[in-house]
Amino acid sequence: MTGKLVDIRNLSVRFKGKRTVHAINDVSLSMEQGETLALLGESGSGKSVTLKTLLGLLPPKRSEIDGSIHVNGVDVLSLRGKALAKYRGGEVSMVFQEPALALDPVFTVGHQIAESVRRHKGVSRDEAMSVALDMLDRVRIPSANRRLHNYPHELSGGMRQRVMIALALACRPRLLLADEPTTALDATVQIQILLLLRELQKEFGMGVIFVTHDIGVAVEISERVAVMYAGQIFEEGTTREIIREGRHPYTQGLLAANLHDVEQGQRLNAIPGAPPALESKPDGCSFAPRCPKALPECTAGLPPMLMPAPRRRVACIRAGEPVVAE
Amino acid sequence: MALAEPEMMDGREPAPMEKPQGYWAGVGERLLQDKLTMACFGVLMLLILSAVFAPWLGLADPYKGSMIARLKPIGTEGYPLGTDEQGRDMLARLIYGGRLTLFIGLMPVVFAFFIGSFLGVLAGYVGGLTNTIIMRTIDVFFAFPSVLLAIAISGALGAGIFNSLVSLTIVFIPPITRVAEAVTSGVRSLDYIDAARATGANNWTVIRMHVIGNVLSPIFVYATSLTSVCMILAAGLSFLGIGVRPPEPEWGLMLNTLRSAIYINPWLSALPGMMIFVTSLCLNLLSDGLRSAMNVRD
Amino acid sequence: MSATEDVGYDPTPDTGGPAQPLIKVQNLKKYFPVRGGPLGRVQAQVQAVDGVSFDVAKGETLGIVGESGCGKSTTAKLLIGLTERDQGDIIFDGLALGEKLSLKDLRRGVQMVFQDSYATLNPRMTIEASVAFGARVQGLDKPEDRARKLMDRVGLDPARFAHRYPHELSGGQRQRVNIARALAMSPRLVVLDEAVSALDKSVEAQVLNLLNDLRAEFGLTYIFISHDLNVVRYISDRILVMYLGEVVEVAPVASIWAEQAHPYTRSLFSAMPSMDPDNRTKEPPLSGDPPNPINPPSGCRFHTRCRFKADVCKTKTPKLAGLSVNAKHMVACHLHDADSGHPKAGQGVPS
Repeated sequence: MTGKLVDIRNLSVRFKGKRTVHAINDVSLSMEQGETLALLGESGSGKSVTLKTLLGLLPPKRSEIDGSIHVNGVDVLSLRGKALAKYRGGEVSMVFQEPALALDPVFTVGHQIAESVRRHKGVSRDEAMSVALDMLDRVRIPSANRRLHNYPHELSGGMRQRVMIALALACRPRLLLADEPTTALDATVQIQILLLLRELQKEFGMGVIFVTHDIGVAVEISERVAVMYAGQIFEEGTTREIIREGRHPYTQGLLAANLHDVEQGQRLNAIPGAPPALESKPDGCSFAPRCPKALPECTAGLPPMLMPAPRRRVACIRAGEPVVAE
Repeated sequence: MALAEPEMMDGREPAPMEKPQGYWAGVGERLLQDKLTMACFGVLMLLILSAVFAPWLGLADPYKGSMIARLKPIGTEGYPLGTDEQGRDMLARLIYGGRLTLFIGLMPVVFAFFIGSFLGVLAGYVGGLTNTIIMRTIDVFFAFPSVLLAIAISGALGAGIFNSLVSLTIVFIPPITRVAEAVTSGVRSLDYIDAARATGANNWTVIRMHVIGNVLSPIFVYATSLTSVCMILAAGLSFLGIGVRPPEPEWGLMLNTLRSAIYINPWLSALPGMMIFVTSLCLNLLSDGLRSAMNVRD
Repeated sequence: MSATEDVGYDPTPDTGGPAQPLIKVQNLKKYFPVRGGPLGRVQAQVQAVDGVSFDVAKGETLGIVGESGCGKSTTAKLLIGLTERDQGDIIFDGLALGEKLSLKDLRRGVQMVFQDSYATLNPRMTIEASVAFGARVQGLDKPEDRARKLMDRVGLDPARFAHRYPHELSGGQRQRVNIARALAMSPRLVVLDEAVSALDKSVEAQVLNLLNDLRAEFGLTYIFISHDLNVVRYISDRILVMYLGEVVEVAPVASIWAEQAHPYTRSLFSAMPSMDPDNRTKEPPLSGDPPNPINPPSGCRFHTRCRFKADVCKTKTPKLAGLSVNAKHMVACHLHDADSGHPKAGQGVPS
């Protein structure tokens, strides 16, 4: 294998049940060591499912997975039992949207971090506790010594999210998965957590995949952005490329919907309609029904993947055309 | 490319043009697909119908005994399920016994369902002092085990069908009230109740239009699960001699009187117990089936 | 042909004239008791809304921003009487609630759209029944007709949606239903409590366009509550900033966007993620979470997190007053009050 941190190839995930849902359709994605990537998309775009697949968290009986995922050379989809447990939390760990739900209410935060360290590193109780203390310090929790013995409900929302990050990083994972970790937080707390994650990423040198629906958050946290829609990656590039010259009409629509520079009261260029239901595998561009630039060819077949620059791609027939200012 | 028209295509799926089915039609359809629940429903209907139409089924007289035909085993000529300790036809007694047993098994729960729901919805919606008074009173009843409570009330009132009904109703009001209160205060805190109040509707309208419909089905499902307990309790009261009095056929009472015959003809003595077991099992499974069928989202 | 006649929108007549604010709130207070202990004694008070005053002119949109626990949602519920106020006056078009105005009449004039589009719809009611409910309660004629016309107006084809249930709709569609439901009573003021916050960005833009259209068409006045400053700026004429149950700043959009007079408002604005990859936020404007509203700090409630605090801030509560350069831009901060006793009093917020 290459030295890539993450290498996802042709990943497809289907959920079976009363109705089949094609949650992810032929997604390929790769990441170098120590990179920060934002998966940007709206609800139902498959960004969270991608994270769960990376961590092997999908219910095996109800989901059908095709393709391959390698993290640091390890074939994730073939991991079972102990190897999977060691991989989760050791190689890769995750920060969730709701720390109140992800932390166990009956144990102190110090205990929870120490327990995870002991399980993965096999160190003594005291050593694990001192690692926990060190981690609380690193996530800038004031008077960490005292906080070590607090229960999750005794902490504020921002504090809990810091603990969650400490827990995720305690075993020094190579890859951190973050699923909208700042969405439930207040604006002034959100920016603190984002900057903290940015610093910790530099400090620990780990790779981060950050799932978000908010372009502003993606800009703050990541070097690269992949825009997802209907279980596919529509566009990928550096954050600068996506923000400055997003080529896919969907990316452009999202940028416009951010209202950052919109005149007050001016009519918004809203993307009409709603995302598709994903009940069948797409055989044309999934965005065509909502796209202002759609051509008849768009629905005839899957859009070509244009690669205007290395590690830059756009899945749109018209992405090659020069960008016209509107 | 500004949209002049309001966006009409905000649809995830092409909606069917025909009128979609209502809530209860959906519940019915899901129930029909659930084979186990339908089987239980069939068994219960069979028991109830045969009990109701017992006089027209051409059965033997359930009260007429025979000194020479006592404790005949199952399969005896003329007595397909044998005879009891007084020589009465077991098949007839079991079917006739269903009348009383099902009646005093179901009616207390029906009464308790109405009274308990009323108290629970009231306590849950109004809250405050009303809630405290109702729920603390209910708690007093909870301090006693239900069997003990039923025996104590029945014992105090004296034996008889009516008194059994009263005591069992009292026993089942507290659990139903508690569930009703919990469900109602859950619904009460939901935004759609606020939204309804914000229209200027009075409390009674809000309860009638928005609360009842959303709390009744969980309470109903819970009450269904209580019917089996109630049947067993009713049979227990009769067994102890403070419920139905002989010679009335009733499964619990029959179980009691056949107790002495257990060494002579164990299968025969077990028959009333089997009936109780089958009925309560079917009721429990039916309530499980109802619960999943009534779940709107799945 | 006017669309207003189409839908049969008939709000209560204007009683106070154009100069009369549509709604005027004075010194509104709401404390929630925190009970605890075996006897359920009141152990503390959450000062959810503490002396809030503002008014909204006819046809104006007031945006209310603030973080969780600042009392913006409680304010909304107080305005429509879902929560009973402890103190203060609510005056709707010159009529004071509880005196010349009954709660039911207030609710005819003021309606609300909530954040959670699913939780605000009764799961057992069809869309049509939900929209028609309020009109029926208020005794308006032909509630079903009205419901269908409004559904059509908010972009939901009545033929397709009237008999559907909430769980069969997408989030954007449900929020349209909630808007139609609020409009079914022909209110003059609509309180939108985080009404677009739970929607996807692309759908949010559609709903904002719809809200703009409806405002123009029916002559509505909005109170728009949100945590998203960009959205609030887009839709509002004035912005009111709340912190721990108090108003700290209220100003016309352009004025506050150009210059935030309160240190808290300034922090809130600089906490917005930057949209420029080459100029990302370097330092968080504030540290820590907002304090608990149960025991708010004394004096100026922001002093525990304020970079410019002085001794006077801990003891003396600042009053909301207009800036000397622009009286419409009001702020409650000792830095702007020359007589406050703050060492830098009267100089404004240092940059």
